[in-house]
Amino acid sequence: MIDGVLGGPVDQDYLLQARQMQAMSFAVHIPLVCFGIAFPAMVLFLEGLWLRTGDPLYRALAKRWSKAMLILFAVGVVTGTILSFEMGLLWPEFMATFGDVFGLAFMVEGFSFFMEAIFIAIYVYGWERLSARTHMLAGVPMVVAGITGSLMVISVNGWMNHPTGFSIRAGEVVDVKPLAALFNDNLWHELVHMYLAGFIVAGFLVAGVYAFGWLRGRRDRHHRIGLVVALSVAALAAPAQLLVGDWAARTVAERQPVKLAAFEGLEETTKGAPFSLPGGIEIPKLLSLLAFHDPNATVTGLDSVPEDDRPPTGIVKVSFRLMVFIGSGLAALGAWFVWLWWRRRRLPRSLWFYRALVAAGPAALVALIAGWVTTEVGRQPWVVYQVMRTESAVTGASGIPVGFGALGLVYLGLAAVAVVMLRRLSRPPLEVGP
Amino acid sequence: MLPDLTAGVALLALTAYVVLGGADFGAGFWDLTAGGAQRGAPVRAMIKRAMSPVWEANHVWLIFLLVVLWTGFPEAFGSITSTLAIPLFVAALGIVLRGGAFALKGEAATIAEARALGATFALASVIVPFFLGAAAGAIAAGEVPVGNAGGEEWTSWTHGTSLLVGALAVAAGAHLAAVFLGADSRRAGETELVHAFRARALGSGAVAGALALAGLVVVRSDVPELYDDLTSGAGLACVLASAAAGLVTLWLEWRERFELARYTAAAAVGAIVAGWAVAQEPYLLPPDLTVHEAAAPDATLVALLVATGLGMLILIPALTWLFRLALSGRLVYEDKPRP
Repeated sequence: MIDGVLGGPVDQDYLLQARQMQAMSFAVHIPLVCFGIAFPAMVLFLEGLWLRTGDPLYRALAKRWSKAMLILFAVGVVTGTILSFEMGLLWPEFMATFGDVFGLAFMVEGFSFFMEAIFIAIYVYGWERLSARTHMLAGVPMVVAGITGSLMVISVNGWMNHPTGFSIRAGEVVDVKPLAALFNDNLWHELVHMYLAGFIVAGFLVAGVYAFGWLRGRRDRHHRIGLVVALSVAALAAPAQLLVGDWAARTVAERQPVKLAAFEGLEETTKGAPFSLPGGIEIPKLLSLLAFHDPNATVTGLDSVPEDDRPPTGIVKVSFRLMVFIGSGLAALGAWFVWLWWRRRRLPRSLWFYRALVAAGPAALVALIAGWVTTEVGRQPWVVYQVMRTESAVTGASGIPVGFGALGLVYLGLAAVAVVMLRRLSRPPLEVGP
Repeated sequence: MLPDLTAGVALLALTAYVVLGGADFGAGFWDLTAGGAQRGAPVRAMIKRAMSPVWEANHVWLIFLLVVLWTGFPEAFGSITSTLAIPLFVAALGIVLRGGAFALKGEAATIAEARALGATFALASVIVPFFLGAAAGAIAAGEVPVGNAGGEEWTSWTHGTSLLVGALAVAAGAHLAAVFLGADSRRAGETELVHAFRARALGSGAVAGALALAGLVVVRSDVPELYDDLTSGAGLACVLASAAAGLVTLWLEWRERFELARYTAAAAVGAIVAGWAVAQEPYLLPPDLTVHEAAAPDATLVALLVATGLGMLILIPALTWLFRLALSGRLVYEDKPRP
């Protein structure tokens, strides 16, 4: 365990507010990341359909989606900038001590971000005056950069949970190996989990817009295509997410047993641990089975570490359950659609399906944020797992509550205006060219 | 060697941001001062058209700079962000307001909405360069010691040098924007706008030059060591180069040679940034922390430089293509389908 190169822990009365401010900034940015991951692929898919069939409706829809994509990207650019600033403004000791270990990931992310900004601009502003082929090709780097950018940020988060690529000697970070830190063992499951989450959140939210129209009687081809394309993406990703979630949970069980204990609120280390349901019902041995695929496995409890080293259990437990519960519901909803489409080639007729779809987008958002709360709060009290405590990382500057309040107000305003503008964008009838 | 190269990468990113990002903020300044809704409409339309496809890419230079700093010089990064938390946080909020308002104002439906978003965009465009400039001035003035919030939270950046650098950042951005927009207007064949921006370029150029000179006077009493380095050797060469490029820009604007003026204006501003770097060399955080002391281990610097080299191989062609398309007027969003 180390203190940091800037002089060690400082008196900071507002550590909790600093964490909440960071959490709020993530919660605002992460949904936009989902669109950064999924929207370019969805838009390009529509454009591909246009090039293949020549049906101008596909083009018109791709163009409209691309405009929403640009607005969401722009808002993501600025909310992502806040995160970059906050890394230093709130956690200077963390950055000063470990920036050289994990920074390489952000270098690669920086270039991805450049590519995304450049090609989204060329794509969205190039609809009219670039040849169809050039335009489609300009969309490819946009999709790739959306993936590599998030890959690299996830790498840093994976590293914080499973820090590798350095040693500690006499309280100092030595033997820095940036590549080992970049390709840490947590990268892969976190990446796939987040990547699928991106498609689930963006897919269900976009599908929800069309489902809402559907319920109000707008069932023309435009709405049908918009619904099916967005929904297909989410419906395929949601069931797959259950498997990836299992992979992620087993990795946590193995590498961060105390975090897993917090997921379940398991106080004592137990052999054949049960899974507790709300209302005090316990299913014997299920937790051991889920975490290790062995009903008699021993699951480490919170009591394995001193009280000071335990994460806040309540919020982690609730968030974890919320994520699993919503994720399962979304998987079922997705499976319903996939089954019907595969066997009968038609959309569900039940109005309840469309009502569920309208709710699915916001629910997916809640699950996304609950998932991040689970992993981030579950990592506490560590900023770098079992190496640096969050209280050692925080800034010595004053005024955290003022900054928190100001940013909160700005984000409220931004969110309100963005929602109004995006709704306005979706409203006028689609103008279809030749 | 490795620390110097890394510092070179940071300087490149900073210069690119000051020139390209600075011009976008400057455009916001002209948006702010364009006058009433009707009179200012053509100027604002030109700004929107010129900025829309490029501002996000230009903004990424700032992110890139932050990343190079925290990867290559982590201790300095943590010291800067904790001591200068106030100006940096205000700038960050301004960045959100500027970018958010600019991205969303295209969808405004009423004049009142457009005005509110436009005013937010324009005001934030002045706030951001001012506070970032003030933070840079604090570093140059030696107000940021190594440590977690080790410097003064207010007085580190509220002294004459900081405020002047802040004002200079606003003026330089406005000048760059006027020069760039004048050239863009010429390409678009908007004769009236050409003259409007030419007048603005000449005026803002004079103001920026005067501020730079006044800056030297303030620095002389505020931070004598910095003044000495700016008025001798390589520092002086940069100051003179900036002055020369600035004068050539004014002459080119006068003679209506707008395309060439883009490059001389960028050179004038870039030379100021280079002059600052040269003047405080070998220090990253004067008066104590040198570039070499602040640098990350070699393994990290090698990785950073290799990543930068490879990244530039794809970034430069991509950026070139973007600017070419934008300058040739091929990046315009039209809602109506082609007839």
